Amino acid sequence: MIKSLLSAAAISTLMISAAFADGKGPAIVFDIGGKFDKSFNESMFNGAEKFKKESGTDYGQFEIANEAQREQAIRNFADKGYSPIIAAGFAQADAVTKVAKDFPGTKFAIVDAVVDLPNVESIVFKEQEGSYLVGMMAAKASKTGTVGFVGGMDIPLIRRFGCGYVQGVKAVNKDDKVSQNMVGDTGAAWNDPVKAGEITKGQMAKGADVVYAAAGGSGLGVLQAMADAKKLSIGVDANQNYVHPGSVLTSMVKHVDVAVYNTMKAGDAGFQPGVHALGLKEGGVDYAMDDNNKALVSDDMKKAVETAKADIISGKTEVHDYMADSKCPVE
Amino acid sequence: MEFALLPEILSSTVRMSVPLILACIAGLWSERSGVVDIGLEGKMLVGAFSAAAAASYFHSPWIGLLLAILVCIMFSLVHGYASITQRGNQVVSGVAINMLAAGLTVVIGNSWYKQGGRTPQLDDASRFLPINFPGRDALFEMDGVGPIAKIFLDHSVLAFIAFALVPLSAWALAKTRFGLRLRAVGENPQAVDTAGISVARLRYQAVIIAGVLCGIAGAYLSTALQTSFVRDMSAGRGFLALTALIFANWRAWPALGACLLFGFLQAVANFMQGFHLFGVEIPVQVFNALPYIMTIVLLAGFIGKSVPPKASGTPYSKDR
Repeated sequence: MIKSLLSAAAISTLMISAAFADGKGPAIVFDIGGKFDKSFNESMFNGAEKFKKESGTDYGQFEIANEAQREQAIRNFADKGYSPIIAAGFAQADAVTKVAKDFPGTKFAIVDAVVDLPNVESIVFKEQEGSYLVGMMAAKASKTGTVGFVGGMDIPLIRRFGCGYVQGVKAVNKDDKVSQNMVGDTGAAWNDPVKAGEITKGQMAKGADVVYAAAGGSGLGVLQAMADAKKLSIGVDANQNYVHPGSVLTSMVKHVDVAVYNTMKAGDAGFQPGVHALGLKEGGVDYAMDDNNKALVSDDMKKAVETAKADIISGKTEVHDYMADSKCPVE
Repeated sequence: MEFALLPEILSSTVRMSVPLILACIAGLWSERSGVVDIGLEGKMLVGAFSAAAAASYFHSPWIGLLLAILVCIMFSLVHGYASITQRGNQVVSGVAINMLAAGLTVVIGNSWYKQGGRTPQLDDASRFLPINFPGRDALFEMDGVGPIAKIFLDHSVLAFIAFALVPLSAWALAKTRFGLRLRAVGENPQAVDTAGISVARLRYQAVIIAGVLCGIAGAYLSTALQTSFVRDMSAGRGFLALTALIFANWRAWPALGACLLFGFLQAVANFMQGFHLFGVEIPVQVFNALPYIMTIVLLAGFIGKSVPPKASGTPYSKDR
């Protein structure tokens, strides 16, 4: 036990020194969950690796183990001269704000949050657009006319997923019901698959036969509960179709990898501060199709979704953003 | 309330109560012997991790359960060594175990599986499914009886073990020589020592029992309710179990009642978000907070009194 602790400590020290030894270049600070979380962070890691492979330039990286390390890690990278420094996740917004003010010459980028400073690029995603598409698929796949949504922590960002989803469901069939629940109000809500599973069973008891999970690690509990009941679920962030082949209808994917790759590629010279919202048009969000869910998606479903996607891209259909006014037009 | 949901809510109550009951009875054994155990949460967490990792490696939930129990006993012995042999502060040792568990599971999980501390998904053969007894489907589909039978019977074997442990513990603590001595150690260790019985030995036995129960609780979370370990998946259930133990005044049967009540509140919170009473929406947070509020009210002396075992939390030394 002590041995593995020591080696863990040794590894983390090594990681820092290896990162700092290289001098300047881009750096990335992963959120809690780590770069192999098969979801948000891993997607960012893949984008960074792609950059490294293509450009041959190494980058600094740090995996946060607790809240206190956020600011430390970002500040360390800034101190050493790394730029741009990419921070993953909305939870890093405060830390980025603080450090970016202290290092006006360094470029920063934050994913999933907006930091309004001249040296910060804020990359946000139009999750409502992707959620709208999977909402349409849920409504088309549902036999009961009731579908479900399970969010992680009750924050505006997650409400944005839910709101887009409901709009998609109602676009197909405006009498369909959507059962909406959040796992909790604290960070623990991202890692409680047991509770998420129970919530899902509750939604099934109310008639839901397709449930969309936007709940991080808790989402696995949703996918499991639906697979056990031989019903359908929808994954999030990364392509989760493979988790339960034949039960996961699709996944609302966020191409964080593309965002990270682009920012790293642009580097210091091509850095563009300000808010960049990536939607369907920019390839920032999409619904996932692969061999695992091919049999679940009918041609009719696919056609409807593709039409809606084209309409959203052309601006013909506008999906309301919950975070614009903290309201959702439909429930 | 939507009464059509009631059977589902009660079934969920049973599922949510099982880890609480196991951890609460674990705490009962430990604290009745005079060893305060804040580390229930951490032990449940390592139990959940060991069970999921072993079950996925050996493709057997039973080996998973066995390893969970063994690892939890090891953690219990660490707690015992610090608080019984070395006479350290029991609360500090428990908190240390919680922190160690939260960190170790993620570090080891990450280095083994590279999935952010998650363990690989278990297939149906390597997890505890609800027991499939003869005539199960026919019984559950019967009108009237079916839904009620489902509340009680549609659970995995670990749930039945948990419920069986309550009367067993109550009996053992009240009627057996071992149980009476153990309780005496928690109330007045000097007297036990004078009678020529080893205080340390009894306390070690108690923390080992607590370890076994925490192991079962952890296995239930990761291999019965879920099919993989996720970081911090115990999500405060160990602390809720401690609360239930205080609420139940350190007695086995009331502990069962407290755990079922807390489980019911969780089930209601999960099933009834946006629940309306007399036209007013009750926020879900109310249900989540109720167990703690009720315990504080109890501790303040408004609805009875909660008295811990007298020697609980005090290390025993012969010199005094």
